[in-house]
Amino acid sequence: MSWLAPLLVVLPLLTAAVVAGGDHLMPSFVQRALGLGCGVAVTVLAALLMWRVEAHGIVYWFGGWGPRNGFAIGIDFNIEPLGAGMCVVIAAVVTVALAYSEGYVKGAGRPYHALMLLALGAMCGFALSGDIFNMFVWLELASTAGYALTGFSVRQLGPVQGAINFAIVNALAGYVFATGLALLYGRTGTLNLAQMGATLAGRPSGLVIVAMTLVFTALLTKGACVPFHFWAADAYAVAPAPVCAMFGAVMTDLGLIGVARLYWLVFQAPFAGDARTVGDLLLAIGLATALLGGVMALLQRHLRRMLAYSVICHIGIMLTGIALLGSKGLAGTAVMFVSHAGLVAALFLATGILMAKYGSIDELTLHGRARSERLLATVWFAAALGLVGVPYVGVYLGHALIDDGAAALGRHWVQPITWLAGVLAGAALLRAGARIFFGLGGTRAGLLGPNIDQQPFDRDVSHPLLLGCAALAAALGLSISLLPGIAQRAESAADSFQNRAAWTASILHGRPQPTRPQLPYAIAGSSRETIIYSAAAFVLVLAVAGVSLRGLRGRAQRLLEPAEALKALHSGVAGDYILWLTIGIATYGSIWAFTLR
Amino acid sequence: MSVLPYVSAAWICAVGLYGAITSRNLIHLALCLTVVQSSTYVLLLAIGYVNRGGAPIFKGVKLGTRAVDPVVQSLTLTDIVVSVTVVALILALALDAHKDAGSVDPDTLADVKG
Repeated sequence: MSWLAPLLVVLPLLTAAVVAGGDHLMPSFVQRALGLGCGVAVTVLAALLMWRVEAHGIVYWFGGWGPRNGFAIGIDFNIEPLGAGMCVVIAAVVTVALAYSEGYVKGAGRPYHALMLLALGAMCGFALSGDIFNMFVWLELASTAGYALTGFSVRQLGPVQGAINFAIVNALAGYVFATGLALLYGRTGTLNLAQMGATLAGRPSGLVIVAMTLVFTALLTKGACVPFHFWAADAYAVAPAPVCAMFGAVMTDLGLIGVARLYWLVFQAPFAGDARTVGDLLLAIGLATALLGGVMALLQRHLRRMLAYSVICHIGIMLTGIALLGSKGLAGTAVMFVSHAGLVAALFLATGILMAKYGSIDELTLHGRARSERLLATVWFAAALGLVGVPYVGVYLGHALIDDGAAALGRHWVQPITWLAGVLAGAALLRAGARIFFGLGGTRAGLLGPNIDQQPFDRDVSHPLLLGCAALAAALGLSISLLPGIAQRAESAADSFQNRAAWTASILHGRPQPTRPQLPYAIAGSSRETIIYSAAAFVLVLAVAGVSLRGLRGRAQRLLEPAEALKALHSGVAGDYILWLTIGIATYGSIWAFTLR
Repeated sequence: MSVLPYVSAAWICAVGLYGAITSRNLIHLALCLTVVQSSTYVLLLAIGYVNRGGAPIFKGVKLGTRAVDPVVQSLTLTDIVVSVTVVALILALALDAHKDAGSVDPDTLADVKG
């Protein structure tokens, strides 16, 4: 059944071509039906593929050009449960976004569906690819579709600015990735990841450190990590709601699976003795990203920008999980990715409903105006609490696994930081919800700054459909932690993801992957620490939301001065972002150059 | 094989980045991006260069003839295609920015920030 794998890419790309090419030949409803049908089909195919590789991963060679004498001459897809599972989530989110668009962007120009499908195909290709140049092409294809979708309502300045900053920073990141892969190709003479790892094994050098810095920072830019995250808030604040849902739920996370795949197939080999040195910098970046995202979310009044920072916060937590470099941490990241995708998509879709109904997504403008929206309020608060991770809800299981991973390394201090970051982002969302749905708190702007609302983009809105899509996404995201057997499966999948020896043998020598034992369907228990942290997070999130609703008074206001400076750094000017990109690459590169031998 | 192509690739990249960081005009900024991108072409071609190697066309050529690496050339071509798409999109957006704000200066376009 490995023939299923290329279909995940071929089907959306072909449909996109038909939809875009047959634009003047077919009526609009055929195009929309084709788009939606393709989304459903890819979701089902990806789920079948994931089920197929549950026992052991497989390698698919395009055109049957397999390896000859241990040398990869073709291009392959490495199909294992984590990549295939990511494809399921990507396809599901795009499908929900397309269904939502039925009631949201009806009158929009027709390239919309083609662009969404293009992004879907490219993201699936990236999640499965085992060839570094193909990774580059898929990444650029997905990003390009993203730039066009961000600037979709180009009659306004905000979307144009967001799309331009998104395009410029990500295009540069693409060039940085290309430079890194050129250096790797020059050193190893191959573009295949497994072959690269095999050639570099035991041969660390300055060149490899430079190449690793370049490809990792490029992927972290796509993944919106500090200090490469600036574009994300600008772009996510202005794109149409369903597009935002796709960006926040799945596209940002592509950078993370890229880092994970490149680390475990390639860079683990030359830096085998220094794994912690590589991991510790990623860990620091992850924690800094998580905290910054949380703090910045608290300082926003524009709901989508707030959500963008909440995404950045959780991206940081997920990078932390990867940076622990163990199977528990990676499994935690994978599980958190699934629940985060559902919850964040639900929240972005909910902002679309507010925008359509009240013409604004500004926390203070909407103060108390959505009191009658009981269902929407339920979705909003449930999803926000799910993102904090109250016991056995939402991202809880992901947190629990990352906690276990940190404890196994003896880094117990990682756990409170990741929980605290999630609390900050969650408190921002709860505060906004309390203002909008209950009319609590005042309307004093203070540090939240001026209103940056854009003109509403929606016409012909169908509320039950929109609400249904948001509720479905939230329900999926909330229930992941209680799905029986998911923790064990994620861990075993992460284990085989990290097994470079087995992957090298099956990619270069055609040996089958080792078969994993049948796992039980049981809900995983969690450590005492995790339960305590989770309960504390629940209390703390309510407290922080309450305090931030009232605003700080008196001497406590001095706490806000650094926050103001932090906010001023996010200037919205592309040149500043490029400077940060350059500084980030130079800093991380020199840290690795001095610490890796 | 001289070190010159690598030095010039680094130089082109640095010049392009400097231009992009200090740019006050989106069209200029888009062109700076293509300059940065050009550094990857130079780097790729330098990596695949073989002294006294011919073009990698093997029809009617003796087996074992020295040729430059064809892989980097196709990578460069793909790279160019990707970059043209992105630059075209940025230029189109710059046009929209000009229509909306009457300016292509990134500083005055910073509508959403903080």
